[in-house]
Amino acid sequence: MDDTILEMRRITKTFPGVTALEDVTLSVRRGEIHAICGENGAGKSTLMKVLSGVHPAGSYDGAILFDGKPMQFRGIRDSEANGIVIIHQELALVPYLSIAENIFLGNERRGRSGLIDWNRANADAAELLASVGLHENPVTPVIQLGVGKQQLVEIAKALSKKVRLLILDEPTAALNDVDSAHLLDLLRQLKEQGITCIMISHKLNEITAIADSTTVIRDGRAVETLDMRAEDVSQQRIIRGMVGRDLDSFYPDRVSSPGDEVLRIEDWSVRHPTQDRLVVEGVGLSVRAGEVVGIAGLMGAGRTELAMSVFGRSYGRDISGRLFVHGREVKARTVAEAIDNGIAYVTEDRKRFGLNLIDDVRRNVSAAALARLARLGWVNGNEEIKVAEASRREMNIKAPSVMAVVGKLSGGNQQKVVLSKWLFTDPDVLILDEPTRGIDVGAKYEIYTIINRLVGEGKAVIIISSELPELLGMCDRIYTLAVGRITGEKPVGEATQESLMELMTKDKELVG
Amino acid sequence: MTSIKTPSTERPTPPDSAPAAALHTGTSDLRALVLNNLRQSGIYVALVVIVALFAILTDGVSLSPGNITNIVLQYSYILVLAIGMVILIIGGHIDLSVGSVVALTGAVSAVLVIQQGYPWWVGVLAALVVGVAVGAWHGFWVAYAGIPAFIVTLAGMLLFRGLTLRVLDNISLSPFPAEYQRVAAGFLNGLLGGQGFDAFTLLIGAVAVAGYAVSGFRTRVARIRYQQPVESFPLFVARVVAVGAVIMYFAWQLAHARGLPIVLIVLAVLVLVYGLLTRRTVFGRQVYAIGGNLSAAALSGVKVRTVNFWMFVNMGFLAAVAGVIYSSRSNGAQPAAGNMFELDAIAAAFIGGAAVTGGVGTVVGAMVGGLIMAVMSNGMQLMGVDQSTQSVVKGLVLLVAVAFDVYNKRRAAGTR
Repeated sequence: MDDTILEMRRITKTFPGVTALEDVTLSVRRGEIHAICGENGAGKSTLMKVLSGVHPAGSYDGAILFDGKPMQFRGIRDSEANGIVIIHQELALVPYLSIAENIFLGNERRGRSGLIDWNRANADAAELLASVGLHENPVTPVIQLGVGKQQLVEIAKALSKKVRLLILDEPTAALNDVDSAHLLDLLRQLKEQGITCIMISHKLNEITAIADSTTVIRDGRAVETLDMRAEDVSQQRIIRGMVGRDLDSFYPDRVSSPGDEVLRIEDWSVRHPTQDRLVVEGVGLSVRAGEVVGIAGLMGAGRTELAMSVFGRSYGRDISGRLFVHGREVKARTVAEAIDNGIAYVTEDRKRFGLNLIDDVRRNVSAAALARLARLGWVNGNEEIKVAEASRREMNIKAPSVMAVVGKLSGGNQQKVVLSKWLFTDPDVLILDEPTRGIDVGAKYEIYTIINRLVGEGKAVIIISSELPELLGMCDRIYTLAVGRITGEKPVGEATQESLMELMTKDKELVG
Repeated sequence: MTSIKTPSTERPTPPDSAPAAALHTGTSDLRALVLNNLRQSGIYVALVVIVALFAILTDGVSLSPGNITNIVLQYSYILVLAIGMVILIIGGHIDLSVGSVVALTGAVSAVLVIQQGYPWWVGVLAALVVGVAVGAWHGFWVAYAGIPAFIVTLAGMLLFRGLTLRVLDNISLSPFPAEYQRVAAGFLNGLLGGQGFDAFTLLIGAVAVAGYAVSGFRTRVARIRYQQPVESFPLFVARVVAVGAVIMYFAWQLAHARGLPIVLIVLAVLVLVYGLLTRRTVFGRQVYAIGGNLSAAALSGVKVRTVNFWMFVNMGFLAAVAGVIYSSRSNGAQPAAGNMFELDAIAAAFIGGAAVTGGVGTVVGAMVGGLIMAVMSNGMQLMGVDQSTQSVVKGLVLLVAVAFDVYNKRRAAGTR
């Protein structure tokens, strides 16, 4: 019997002016977990869109063989009919519909009358949920579930379509470590049931843990396919394939020389905007000039909530506690006041909270400090262009010009635009919330270099991250946050992933 | 694409020869220029085509001096409303009440001037005050109470229509004194004399062209000083000559009718002021930022509520201006005045390239959109097309204009 379930032969896909894929050949064995990795913009998603029929047959060159038979998918319905299901990074669930309604959306369970048989739908849904290890009532609205559980609903939905080849695009990008581990376990189970998986991921530790083969894509070409079982493939080895060179180190070196304290908060508490519970409770922390301080915490620990409440009370209510900048107590009741006090907050979700995606680089860069370019309310457009050009050069933003629309840039370049915007406010302290989420290895390194440069210039930096190696590689000191409370503080020299994880999960056990 | 010269140093030293450089630097790639501005140039082309079409269909009557004057008088208030409307639409809102506000402000003015016998300017001031108050009312509910503008202004549409009926006691008032009528029906002419035409109108036209040329040249010089790409000099000259020719033709025709309408001056000032306000001021830029991504704007320190509030106050003000013009033109106030004006204003903004989702649009675009509607309605009236057909045609034009816009955007997204 043929061992290969899927073969994509010499796929070439061009968009006007750009060749997204060039002569890519991919071969996936039956029942394996096949990882695809590569930098952002390398063509991974395009390849999967070709496979799932989002880019219909005829819009690309090359052939797709599924189970040895040539396929011509005209749309996603065609590929799903053949058992190929793709789960996108941005989950495609309808928030106010129930789990069961979401699972059978477009594939409704009908009774003989032609009307939907809800009893059967709910019963089938319950069965599917059990198979993915999700213990929720099928009539629960999806909006009440966390991201991790929503991901499981997506997989249950895929199973309902009799999936044979499951494609997951960055499945763990938005998940915390516990949920990620659960998901990876589930993928192993699916594999035992004979379901083949293609997984796009940036998280190399996950790839080395779970994948049977890994195909590396670079600049629209399939560079190599590594057999993860035969060889002992290290993360470094994969990175070399992705960037075409060895990264000497993930994290650039920096000489640490902290100066005076820039920001301190004391006894900071924040209540949830709608529910009656404290999201942040009695937190105290400080950061000095020329210092990088990390905040480690699982999802839901209150990291973003803490940062945003400090940043002009842009989250929560009943905020209590004291905030000091350069030793002087400040109120910072609005974002504008926070900016005036030299605080900048770089959001974890740049598309929703960081950028005006339909506008150009220039106007995004100036958005937070337009007053600096204006006299009596009149903006100096030429000066603005100059500022944006300077940012483009200094941050190495890859855009045809500062008039380029930000929505068309890659994730890494978008992040550089957000950083430029906040640097133009000339802050003393930068709070970076997941500064490298969803961006590729090369751009990550550039962001780290920028952070180090800023710290060298005497700025204070707070990094919030779920990636512990990132915190260990970048920070001078690390605070751990669990269920809204600081559970520990360690100089980086004394911290390990294990000791941090222990502190990050500490309060959880106490609270239950 | 145009070539960009990257500044070699941190602070580019302004070459003293920048004005001289302005005479030759730049791209002459007309195609790139047109493609880059397809969204905008599309509606200009549409306007030219429609003007030409009706000129042919009406044997040139639509371009006669008298008719051009008529178009200006007849549609000026819609254009005034469209200015406020496009700003709201860019900010992600809408205002369904402007027709009612036009009626209410006109009614208040009529009651004071016609019934109570106050001088004409008291009526105008009172109308403006009422308009601003209405805008503040809407602004409060949208910005501070967080109710969607669609609902707030739908309520306002009923509310202020009802108040209009109250104020007028369900009857029409007319006529206004002569001074008040001059606002919409008055002309500046005879100031400099002329043989069968008005020299003053031509002079104002010439001043406008000169102003356009000078400001264009100064922008160009500044651009070059900051080493930004500019169009080639011949292209620049061609643009100025083309625009100048249109303005002078327009002025020439007006000069051979009744001179320069006062409303045209009001409208020109408003377009100029609001054009600058949206493009060049912090307030204008914050409107675009809010419409483009509300959360990102708020997290960038934009005082979203304040900006939203003033957008509505501004709309109320402009609705009052339109109310004064309309009551002046119709020489009185009627309970049903301004009915459906909101739809014409909204249509003008969307035909002019504003996006339903907010964040996109221009005042000039809305003006062109409004003119397209105006020329069409006027042309069809000249041809004696009945009301029902006019309505069908206007509806289809609106649909096609937005469909074209959506198609354009999708194509732009597909190229990457």
